[in-house]
Order: sequence, then structure tokens, then C-alpha cells
Amino acid sequence: MKVLLSVLREMADLPNDPDVIAQALNQLGMAVEETIVTGTPVPGVVAARILRTEKHPDAAKVTRCFVDAGDGVERHVWCGATNMGPGDIVPLATLGTKMPDGREISSRGILGIDSEGMLCSASELGLSADAAGLLILPANTPLGVSPFDALGVQHDVLFDLDLTRNRPECWGHMGVARDIAAHLGVDFYGPKIGAITRGETRSPSVSIAAGDMCGLFSAVTISGVTVTSSPDWVARRLDALGMRSINNVVDASNLVMLETNQPNHAYDANVVASFLVRMAQPNERITTLDGTERQLGTDDLLICNAATNAPVGLAGVMGDLHSEITSDTTVVNLEAAWFSPDPIRFTSQRHGVRSEASLRFERGVDHNGYELAAERFVTILQETCPSIVLHSGTTVERAESCPVPAVIDVSVDGVASLLGVRIEATDIAALLAPIGFSSVISGDVVSVTVPSWRPDCTIPADIAEEVARHYGYDRIGKTYPKSPVYGRLSHVQARRRLLRQVLIGLGLDEAMPSPFVAPGDMSAIGLSEDNVLHIANPLVSEESVLRTSLRPGLLRAVQYNASHRAPQIALFEIGHVYPAGEGPLPDESEQLCILVAGADVHTALHQWNTIADALGVGALLDQSKVPPGLHPTRSATLARGKTALGVVGEIDPIVLHDLGIDARVSCLEINLSIALAEQPKPVQAKEINRFPSSDIDLAFVVPNAVTAANIVRALRQACAKRLVSIELFDVYRGQGVPDGSRSLAFRMRLQEPSGTLTEASIAEVQQACIAAVEKAGGALRR
Amino acid sequence: MSSASTPEQEQLSAALAAGLVQVGNASSVDDLRTVISALTGKKGSLAAVKSSLGKVADVDARKQLGQEVNLAFAAIGHAAEVRERELVTVHIATQVENERLDITELALSARATQRRGRLHLVTQATERLEDVFIGLGFQIAEGPEVESDFYNFEALNMPPSHPARSMWDTLFVETDPEGSVVLRTHTSPVQIRVMQEWPPPIYAVMPGRVFRRDTPDATHMPVFHQIEGLVIDRGITFADLAGTIESFTKAFFGDGFTSRLRPSYFPFTEPSAEFDIRRPDGSWIELGGCGMVHPHVLRAGGLDPDEWSGFAFGFGIDRMAKERHGVGDLRDMYSNDVRFLEQFS
Repeated sequence: MKVLLSVLREMADLPNDPDVIAQALNQLGMAVEETIVTGTPVPGVVAARILRTEKHPDAAKVTRCFVDAGDGVERHVWCGATNMGPGDIVPLATLGTKMPDGREISSRGILGIDSEGMLCSASELGLSADAAGLLILPANTPLGVSPFDALGVQHDVLFDLDLTRNRPECWGHMGVARDIAAHLGVDFYGPKIGAITRGETRSPSVSIAAGDMCGLFSAVTISGVTVTSSPDWVARRLDALGMRSINNVVDASNLVMLETNQPNHAYDANVVASFLVRMAQPNERITTLDGTERQLGTDDLLICNAATNAPVGLAGVMGDLHSEITSDTTVVNLEAAWFSPDPIRFTSQRHGVRSEASLRFERGVDHNGYELAAERFVTILQETCPSIVLHSGTTVERAESCPVPAVIDVSVDGVASLLGVRIEATDIAALLAPIGFSSVISGDVVSVTVPSWRPDCTIPADIAEEVARHYGYDRIGKTYPKSPVYGRLSHVQARRRLLRQVLIGLGLDEAMPSPFVAPGDMSAIGLSEDNVLHIANPLVSEESVLRTSLRPGLLRAVQYNASHRAPQIALFEIGHVYPAGEGPLPDESEQLCILVAGADVHTALHQWNTIADALGVGALLDQSKVPPGLHPTRSATLARGKTALGVVGEIDPIVLHDLGIDARVSCLEINLSIALAEQPKPVQAKEINRFPSSDIDLAFVVPNAVTAANIVRALRQACAKRLVSIELFDVYRGQGVPDGSRSLAFRMRLQEPSGTLTEASIAEVQQACIAAVEKAGGALRR
Repeated sequence: MSSASTPEQEQLSAALAAGLVQVGNASSVDDLRTVISALTGKKGSLAAVKSSLGKVADVDARKQLGQEVNLAFAAIGHAAEVRERELVTVHIATQVENERLDITELALSARATQRRGRLHLVTQATERLEDVFIGLGFQIAEGPEVESDFYNFEALNMPPSHPARSMWDTLFVETDPEGSVVLRTHTSPVQIRVMQEWPPPIYAVMPGRVFRRDTPDATHMPVFHQIEGLVIDRGITFADLAGTIESFTKAFFGDGFTSRLRPSYFPFTEPSAEFDIRRPDGSWIELGGCGMVHPHVLRAGGLDPDEWSGFAFGFGIDRMAKERHGVGDLRDMYSNDVRFLEQFS
């Protein structure tokens, strides 16, 4: 929302100091996004007539203009614009002129070629945002004068405000001016109302057939109107505020809206003598002022000519193209209404049209704003329509949705307990009065009547906020609550931190790929696509599926880095996955995935052992089924009974082939929702066994089909309580070992729990080991 | 002691002299061992003298010879120790010279340069922020990233079709009924979950991933991170909010930094504010939003607004990381390009 300092200052005794105003705006919650100073005269810029032009021989886009600045000297100026011709009067920045953007005009010119000045656009002079071409001055402009004087331009300041949704009244200058005036403690008057000629009573008929959506509809007749062009000041004001000048009547209507926040529309009283507000019929059509024919539905509200039942406006959004006033119009019916905000927003969204009116109605306008709007409308038109008459008998039709003024009781204690500062009842009333909230004090209770332009205020906390805003957030002070809880990481959070440290200790970099994937991305890497959830309104279809695994994102990162000459990368991600669940929400869980390019399953197993050790979790390596998307013969599930804690191995070579990744890629995935939640019990110390120990080494020939884990299990059982540790120290395939088998050499360290190990018991254990391995399918290698 | 030498004594001194020469000439530790066992073994020249002791009839002479034999054995043993030390010293000196390494060369090898991994900048920033809040007596809460409409909007004082919902460009999950499941647009749903699950008083921060339907550019990502704070206790005021923001400012940024609040609007807080941080040089950083928890939100969290009050605040984590490390474009932070990641130890 843009506001002009000059307009604000017409409404209140505000200082002519943009810094003071900007600071007040920020402190009041109307953040100033940009402050634009306009209309500051630029010394050295004069009106000059273009005598003749010629093209540059080499640069088709540059024109040489010969100009007369009224001093009898013909100057030539190179110019990149195309909208001018001989005879036009344009602003000439003479040599040495300092432009608003800081440039100084030299003979080198803007194009680096000899030039005796520069011809200017409106934007270059800080007059408007128009940078499309040169500013063409009126044909009667005397040569040599300042274009600023010729146009009667006044210095002004434009503030671009970022307004919050709870301040609808600030979409009019009046609301902004009232707030600043209260803040600075100066008088507020509102828009200037001239001496208005009142006419006889004429009351246009109004009927509301949709009282749930139209709470108030007013119409007033104004005669003595002549449709012509607007005075310069009106056109300039509209231009600065982002609206086009159309004619004096439409401009007055728009300016009233920008000043008072009351949208309004003037209809030719001879065409629209009576109004009907009703819902649109199915498939009813209207062509709005922007030239678009719109097909309406029964949720759209229409303003109609009651005589014909024909729509003259899409209520709250835009007028009907064919119901515009014409040059013949002399009497108008000025309409101003209050519409229910939500339906206007829905209509605006359905039809994809946001107008200055709709954005105000959907935030909530003042339901008592119609009278001031009409008086201001007439005041603006008085300059171009001296015999304008405002007729008595304004029709004001109200319906059930019209807001009723809220009265909210706040107590001094209540305000103090919310804000942390005690403000007495009289001070509360005094802070609220200048912004239109009236108070009745009864002891410590203040009954506050909310003004009709503040529909956002509905509970005591809203009133407290208004008190705080005008008391000053800075003045409330700072107190320091003492937390009675212990600040700490939860068990899961502490373990997650530990895990991350272990992971970077393993040389892994943390990646953060997008959790969105493309349709088919999961199946492309061998994972199921059946349980994916889709985004209903994705930005792009490549990001329309929620991942069910971290693997696709990391694989893409491997692929990306490989293509950027970093083939040996080691990445991990800790993040959420979102497979479809039983209920409406996904079965969300936290996962860890590690991929190392150029590494094989050994690396993944080392990582698993390190992590399992650090977190105190365990799992069996189950190779009976191939984990989806992993190497069919070099991968295993980290099994814990029926549930899987994760997978370990390598990425399926077919997947790597399809992704164009040349190297092996090791893969470890762990379900952290399980692993981090576990609470391993503190390890209890065992007394060191000081009896002598002895090692026995045994090598077995074991068929490939029998896992090493099975042999270890057999050996453990055989050694029973005498076993201290068991180590697989050699694996051999080749000569001396039958095809389809390998030799596994184990070293068992034995010790008696209490007592000295005897040769006899060692021999006994050795025999038991051989027997157990034979039973498991292996044989002692001799 | 007789002055004349017996034949045994002569044999002994000859054997000792020859033995000492042999020990001195031993060329290796193994060679030395062979020499020693040849001298002192059963068939060795010294042992021969020793075994002849029994044949000496004279007691004194036998005793004398016995002492001399023992001295000869001791002399050989000593000489062997000295020679072994010499041999070991030479052997190790040779070995040491042979295994000379250029340590700087090794330092450049792949094994020595195997670096520690890197935590993502967002993780680093999150952990730093968490640590500061832990120091201020806050706990850390987490919640799901895909949320129901209730937690993301309705419980936060935004009933269906509330206009303030448009403050966030929301990504919806395809569900029936449509629009009932969203990718959370802020971490605020966790506030409600914490209020429902934790008994007050509550001092908690909630970091996490959030989603907006924003086209990625240098300063916006559709997936980014926020941290949000929630305090619920008896008698909590707006001044407590200002003080807590101030404490955080000093703890996180440094003593020279201060904070201020400016009026603003959020549906879930009343009064609401933006908070800015003032750098020691006087410039301001607009950091985030905050306010007193709206009574409707307290009720949605199962708390009685007449008994409990509180405040909430929140801001973006990505921007903290971006500014701390001078990252020009947020998209780089999510490129997963190892050339980017490896910079930040």
C-alpha cells in the first residue's frame, strides 16, 4: 500500500519530515518497505523543443535530436528513446546537471558519444515510475523553464507500506494519518470537505436480496456533474498511487477510495435509478471494466439495475463495462457498500481478479464510511463541476450481516498481566481515544467501544495490543522470566548429536537433498512406488512426490558430484521420509542413509559396526532376501526379529548403470525412529578374569551356502562358557579348497571362568568345535 | 695359590682367550648365539675344562681351578652381552637409516589427508541455536513435517477459509478430503502438540524443516528451516517476551547486540510483534516474528487462558547460516555439491 505524505498532511497536523513519519510508521506496525522522494526540482533541467532528428549511422537505436532551449543556441543531443518527434517539448538536462540518481551530465553523454546534454524520462527526473520514454511536456510549455515549474510539480514523499491483515483501515490514507497523529500527539481532521451545495431530497431505491453477504448498501444522488478530464493534481496523485486517470468522476471515486478506504461507484442516475443487490443466477454473465466477460455462479454477488434486473457490477470486485458513465452524464447515483469479506475474497479468487476494491472489501471496510465518502467525492469534483449538488435523502439499506459495534471490557489488571506494565484506566482511555476507541471507565474496568473501521478487534487482547502500540512497545521494558525446567537435549536428540559426530568422524559429509522427488524416481532405483504420497499443488512435476526413502536424493547427489569430477564422495543424510500411512497422515519416520561412491560393502559394514557400537544397537545380518534396490548378492537386511532396522550393502549395479554411475556405491540405511529411541542400559562392569587364557586356531572348509555367522554360532555353542572371544582371521578360496567352498580360519581365546585351563579341557573344546562345525555343514581343514 | 700354572689352567686360559676373540668376531646375533653355545655347550672348550675338574686330586687346586672356570664363564657371558649390544645397535642403526621417510610426503598422502566429514550448515546453525536456548533453560521439541490442517492452521486460530491462511503459500498432500493434509508451513504446529502433551510450565524451542510453495531463488527455498520458541507459565507477559528475545540476542550474537520489538500481526499471537536485532555498528537485522499466545491457541492446546499465559517467537535458520558464512545464494546450500559442503569444518 502506497501513501503520499502530502495527502497524509492534508488530514492531520503532521510534520513535513519524512524521517519522523517513517519512524512513526515503523513503530506503529506499518513497516516502511521503501521511501520514495518525488518531484524534487533538478536544477539545470529545462524545457526544450525538438527541432529535427537524425539516426545514428551505426546504431539504429540511437537518435540525434537538435533542440532549442529558448536561449538561441541549437544543441544536439543523442537519445535512446523513440517516443519523441520534431516539435515535441521535452526536458533537457544541460551539461553539468546533477541527476537525482547521482550522475552528472557530461559531454560524453550516456552513450559515450559527444552530446550536449541529455533528454529525460519522467523516471529519470523522479517524477513517476514511467521510464518507457521521454517525458513529453504540454505543447504550450515555455522553452527554457523548469519542467517542474511548468507541470506545477510539488515535492512529495511516497511511502510503500507493508500492511498487516489486522489493519484494514490503513488501506486508506485516513487510517494511516489518524494513527500517526495519535502517535505524535497532533490533531487529526480527516479528508478536507468543502462547502457543499445541498439539494432537494432524492432517494434512489435500494433493495438487498442477499443480506448475508451485503450488510449495507447506500446510494446518494449527485447532480450538476460534467464529465471531463481531472485537474492535474488529481491525476498526479492517482498516478503516484498507482492508478490511471480516466475522467474527473471516475478519478474522484478512486481518490475517495484511496483516501478514506471506502470503495464506491458512480452510476448515471438516468440509467441506474434503483439498485438491487442479489446473488448471480447460474451461468449469468457480466463483462467487467477490464473487458473480460465472466461467467458467474450462484456464489457471486451482483449489483443490479433494479428496473431491468441486469447486473451493473460484480459486487465488491469490479463494475460492469457497459454501465460506465458517459460524456452525457450529468446526474450520478453514488453507491457505497459494506460486503461480507470472505465471499468477496472467494469471488475474487474464483475469477482471478484482484481489484483495488476487492482487496479492501476482503479485509473489511468501515460500514459507516459512506457519508464521508460522498462528501469527499463532491468536494473533489467541485473544481471541475462548479454547480455540483449533493442531494439529501441518502438511501442506506442495512441487512443482517452488517457488523454491530463491539464493546469490549478490559481491566487494568488484565492489561497489566498481559503486557507486564501497569497502565491506569484513564491512561488506557487516553491512549485509545485518538484512534477512535471510546471508553467508559468504571473502577478498574474500561468498557471500550471499537470503531467501525476496526473489525479485527474482538477480544481484550486486541484492545491491549492497541494500548501497547500507542504506549510504545519500546517503553514496555524487558523482564527476564526464570525457566523452572531443565534446559537439555532429550535422549533422542543427544543420541542424534552423537551419531552425527560419529558420521563425520567416518569422513562423511552431510547432504540435504530435497524431500520431493519426481513420479517414477522411487521405482527407477528399485523401490516401491505404491506407497508414495503426491503433492496436490506442486511447483513443478519433478517435485510432486514425497520421498519414501532418502536414497534417491543421495544417489542424485552422487550422480551430480560424479559429473562434476568428484567421483569419490561420501555423503550421509538424516531426514524424514513420508510413506503413505493407515490414516490421513503419512507413516513419517526419521532415517539415516549413507552412500559412498567408489566403496563396497566392506565400507558399509565398517560404518554399521561403528554406529552400532556408538549407539549400542544391534541387528542380525539377514541375507535371505535381497533388500529392494540393493546389490542382489552383496547386501543384507539389518534384522531384528520381524522388523528391519535397516539395510547394508551396495547399490544394485543395474540401478548404478541406469544412473550412469561408474563406481560401486556402498549403502547403509538405518531407521533412526527405532535406533535413536532405544535406551541401552548402562554397561555393568565385569571383574577381569586373571586366570591364564589360551588361543586355539582352527580352519574349516565350509560350503559357500553356509554363512560364516552360522559357523560362528556353532563355535560359540561349542566353546560355551570358556569362550572369551572369537575372530575370523583368514578367508581362503583356491587351490586345496573345493569349488563352491572356502576355508574359514578362526581363532578362539579360551579361559576358565574360575581356575586354570588344562590341556585336557582345551582338547575337549577343540573336539567340540570340530563336531559342531561338522554338524553345521563344514569340515576341519587338514 | 701356586705361582706355577697347571695344564688345566693353561688349557682354560687358552680356551678363554680364543673364546673372547670368537665372541668379539661374531657377525650377528645369531652367529653370537652359535659361538656361545659352542664355547659353553657340553662339547665346548670351556665345558671341557669344567668337566676335567673332577680329575684334579688336590682340593685346593680343584677349588682354585673351579673359581677360574667360573670367572672364565662370567667373562665370556659379559663379552657376549657387550657384543650383542654392539650388534643390535648397528643392526637397528642400519634399519633406521634404511627406513627413512619424508614425513611431509606422507602428510600429503591419501590416508593422512582423509578428512573429517562436514555437518550441513543448517545443522551447524540449528545446533548452535539449540545450545543457546538450552543454556536459557529451554527444552527441544520436535514434530511431524507433514501435518493435518488442524495443527497447521485451525488450532493456530485460523479456522477453515480464514484469510490469514493466505500469508503462507501452502503445499497440500493429495488426500481425501482435499486440503486436509499439508506440508507444514511453519514449525508452529509443534506448539500445539507440545501444549497437548507436556504439562506446563513449558519452555521449549522447536527447530525443523518447513515448506512453502515458493520458487527457489537466492533468498527463498520451497524447503527451509525455522526455529520457534514457546513459553507457557503463570503470569508470563509481553515484557517477559521482550526480555527473552534480549537474552537470546546477547547469548547468540554477543554482548554488543540488542533487540527491539515492533507491532505486527500473526493470527496466533495477540499482541504480535516483529523483532529486530541491532548490531554493534548500529545497523538492524529483521529477524522474526513473536507475540503473546492467542487465547484461542491456548485453548486448542488444552490450556485454560485464565490460568496460563505465554509467548511464542520464531525465525529462519537458513538465513542465520547464510549470513554467518557469507553464502550468496541459498540454493548453493542445498546443491549437495561436495565442493560447497567441504568448506565448512
